Amino acid sequence: MADRSERMAQAQPLTHAAAVLPPEPGLWARMRDSDLWHSFRGHPSAIFAAALLAVLTLTAILAPWITAQDPYDLAALQLINSEIPPIWNPAGQWPYLLGTDVQGRDILSAILYGSRISLVIGFASVILALAVGLSLGLIAGYFGGWVDNVIMRVGDVLLSMPFILIAILISAMAGAALPPGLRDVLAAPILIVAIAVPSWVQYARTVRASAMVERKKEYVQAARLIRVKSWRVMLHHILPNTLTPIMVAATLNFGLAILSEATLSFLGVGMPPDQPSLGTLIRIGNQYLFSGLWWIVVFPAVQLCLIVLSVNMIGDWLRDALNPKLQ
Amino acid sequence: MLAFLVKRTANAVFVMLAVAFLAFLIFRSFGDPVEMMVNEQATQAERAELRERLGLNDGFLTQYVRFVTNAVQGDFGISYRNQQDVMVLIGERFPATLELVLVATVISLVVGIPLGVITAIHRDSRLAGMLQLGSIVGVSLPSFVVGILLILAFSVTLGWLPAFGRGETVDIGWWSTGLLTPSGRAALVLPAISLATFQITLVMRLVRAEMLETLRTDYVKFARARGVPRGRVHWVHALRNCLMPVITLTGMQIGNLIAFALVTETVFQWPGMGLLFIQAVTFVDIPVMAAYLLLVSFIFVTLNTMVDVTYAWVDPRLRDDTAEVGGTNG
Repeated sequence: MADRSERMAQAQPLTHAAAVLPPEPGLWARMRDSDLWHSFRGHPSAIFAAALLAVLTLTAILAPWITAQDPYDLAALQLINSEIPPIWNPAGQWPYLLGTDVQGRDILSAILYGSRISLVIGFASVILALAVGLSLGLIAGYFGGWVDNVIMRVGDVLLSMPFILIAILISAMAGAALPPGLRDVLAAPILIVAIAVPSWVQYARTVRASAMVERKKEYVQAARLIRVKSWRVMLHHILPNTLTPIMVAATLNFGLAILSEATLSFLGVGMPPDQPSLGTLIRIGNQYLFSGLWWIVVFPAVQLCLIVLSVNMIGDWLRDALNPKLQ
Repeated sequence: MLAFLVKRTANAVFVMLAVAFLAFLIFRSFGDPVEMMVNEQATQAERAELRERLGLNDGFLTQYVRFVTNAVQGDFGISYRNQQDVMVLIGERFPATLELVLVATVISLVVGIPLGVITAIHRDSRLAGMLQLGSIVGVSLPSFVVGILLILAFSVTLGWLPAFGRGETVDIGWWSTGLLTPSGRAALVLPAISLATFQITLVMRLVRAEMLETLRTDYVKFARARGVPRGRVHWVHALRNCLMPVITLTGMQIGNLIAFALVTETVFQWPGMGLLFIQAVTFVDIPVMAAYLLLVSFIFVTLNTMVDVTYAWVDPRLRDDTAEVGGTNG
């Protein structure tokens, strides 16, 4: 935090000078003067969550350079180093800060590599759901008629089955349909699709509702009269009007997507043990629950909770900050 | 009202037919039922005979219609894995899941409502802030992690409560209950808490939001002005007006809880239908999977439809625009 306020202090005279010059503030300056940024600075919990998420993401990205060992490299594992407790235990050993599992794998390294997988799958599934949901919602709301009917009925059917059940079915069915060799290679893409399929409907409904309102307005009628292409009207006029609720939903769904991925992997229909996500690590560790090796399961679980918690705290703050009723 | 009822029911039927179609597609595309059912030595003729008897040579649509007709009568065929009637298997497991879900629901209400009221009436206190933070933590804890941590604390370390199974059960007719024996009740504690965690935070947040709104209304101010004690105003007059949405949420969430129970059941090896489903997934036991999918969706759709219809019955304005009523996923 200290470093950020320092930069702010240095930037102060610059913005002041800029105010004298013809006013055309850059994106950065506009962002720093936005309501959102001011609200962010007034919320210690949001700052804490953002900092936590930044640390967790950075350590995950930098995992290959900062971990003690490559947990996927079977040659690096030595059975003599197995079942070492965390470092603060008298039996703990450097560099295994959080101990090792029964194969001698460093828990901290496995967690950081696992976080990479969890974060990537969560992020990718939100992006995919956004892309599908926004386009289908725009099309349904703008054109109406049978297109709208088909899209929204499909959405109704998806919403009438529990989220987790759809994801499990897609993941399990895709796994059963593929030959074993391909199954492990495609595990991550399958999970991304499995989580995106039940989640696009929410975006589609939101965008559709506002597209239906906007399409009746005069400026859209005028644009159509002068033959502006319909995709231009949708992308440049209707979509921007819906982005606020979409942003909140997408943030909260990012947390949900990471949770879903972990749940599927825990149930055994997600990432395979040789490229473990956090959920897979917890599944593996769960087997040693009764043998006193608590660190194998507890630390991946804590990491998972910290990631989801920081995302949810940011989502919560964003929802309040962007809610016009609360301002 | 009648038109609305018909429309809403038709919609529910359409959705169920679509879900049945999905289940049917899965059924058709994965594995050959004949191969799954005959033993290794069966001759070609025997296989062909079975194929004919199962109706697998009929047209696609005929088979779909037969699948739906059978499903409506509760006939989902024979499990590939243990050669038993699927409906019997699910029927045996259903009481375990429903007891778990109902106890979790009761816990969520008993804990969630008071917490919501407290965070609303002391909204700026430190306690409310802590509880609010706690509710975000509660939403962020995956239910299987809660389960594992509970087992670690109360079974492995303290040894107070069992970590798996259902304990002793008593049969009342076809219903087997664990609520009547001490070991059954002890076995229920940890799974129910772990399933209820998420639900508690939902109830708490909803009650808080509703209370904050109610506390601003004139009748609450007037009751205070008239000298009704603060506690009575909050916990009786205001709370009563917040309960309707809580009942709705609870009703609609039961379907979700039944689905989510499969995670809890896996952690605690609870012999419910969720565990049956997960085992079926591992063995690609399609009839069991199809039956579970249809059953859970049916409960889900029925609850949602009932909520929508009740709302329309209470508030006539909702009858016009059928598409937007409720919002099916809570």
